[in-house]
Amino acid sequence: MSIVVDKNDNGVVLTEAQKRARRSRSIAIALALGALVILFYVITLVKGPGVLHRPL
Amino acid sequence: MTQASPLTAPDHLQHSAANDDARYEPSLATGRDYISLLKPRVMSLVIFTALVGLVIAPGHIHPVLGFTAILCIAVGAGAAGALNMWYEADIDAVMTRTANRPLPAGRIGRDEALAFGLILSVFSVVTMGLMVNVLAAGLLAFTIFFYAVIYTMALKRFTPQNIVIGGAAGAFPPMIGWAAATGAIGLEAILLFLIIFFWTPPHFWALSLSRADDYARAGVPMLPVVAGADETKRQILIYSAILLPVGMSPWLFGFAGALYAVFSIVTGLAMIVLSAQLLRADDTGANRIAKRLFGFSILYLFALFAVLLIEHSFGLTFGRLSW
Repeated sequence: MSIVVDKNDNGVVLTEAQKRARRSRSIAIALALGALVILFYVITLVKGPGVLHRPL
Repeated sequence: MTQASPLTAPDHLQHSAANDDARYEPSLATGRDYISLLKPRVMSLVIFTALVGLVIAPGHIHPVLGFTAILCIAVGAGAAGALNMWYEADIDAVMTRTANRPLPAGRIGRDEALAFGLILSVFSVVTMGLMVNVLAAGLLAFTIFFYAVIYTMALKRFTPQNIVIGGAAGAFPPMIGWAAATGAIGLEAILLFLIIFFWTPPHFWALSLSRADDYARAGVPMLPVVAGADETKRQILIYSAILLPVGMSPWLFGFAGALYAVFSIVTGLAMIVLSAQLLRADDTGANRIAKRLFGFSILYLFALFAVLLIEHSFGLTFGRLSW
């Protein structure tokens, strides 16, 4: 791994490999969040008002 | 017998100013690396055994809630695996089998793995508690704690009984599945727990026999490292002998039928025969039989749980004992 600092002091500039890795992580996070939204929505439909009932 | 040697962590895992700077470098970790942190192969057996516990439990759970429970168990198990890899990066780095994992290979930083494991742990337990029930969530939390803290931190580096006691962590999933479906812990769930608990030592020691040098180099006191191959083979046979009646117990206690009885007896005896062959084998043959026993043990556990699932799904109650 390495940090590339821009000559004009614009902060850290990502390498191509780092950009690809970030894109891969971003897609994974988006898919996981989307799946969770759908799951929670479906559970709410299934449980109805019982969604607030949490038995031991 | 091979002597354990002190741990030698790779440079990028040592505490130093250079490595502290490296913590702030942009990550090269991909989504695939994070998935491998979840130990997907271990997770597959966890999912299957939890599914069987959930399906054969009495009563009815809505399929969506059942899916949610299995998902939470899978994510919780994966989180425990990530925490295990975070803590064991130094051991993994010196073992051939694990040297290419994301942490020792330098693709994921330790802080990233720790954060990933903690977040998934909390998320899976809270989701289970809110969407399924609190007992299942409590058991899931305890399982993650048991694997990540009791097994990984307190047992693995200090006692050859590490995988005997630590095996409990892998035995909880069917009990959690059962608790998710019923909100309680029945005798049947305890028997499923015991099957996996007594299955773990012969399964894992068969693997560690052929990896003793690796464990010795990493300083992990696995039984073959501290007690030698002969004692390990003897212990494998003892646990395989105990496993036979434990494996039959669902039939003996009347919640599995004749098909399960036949499978548990035949495969249980096959485990004993393989273990006895291993005990008698010389050094050259032992490695081959140990690998065969390791592979068969996976088939054994899968078969027992699959037959339970089939009997329940098709209503095959023939041959059930009633006391």
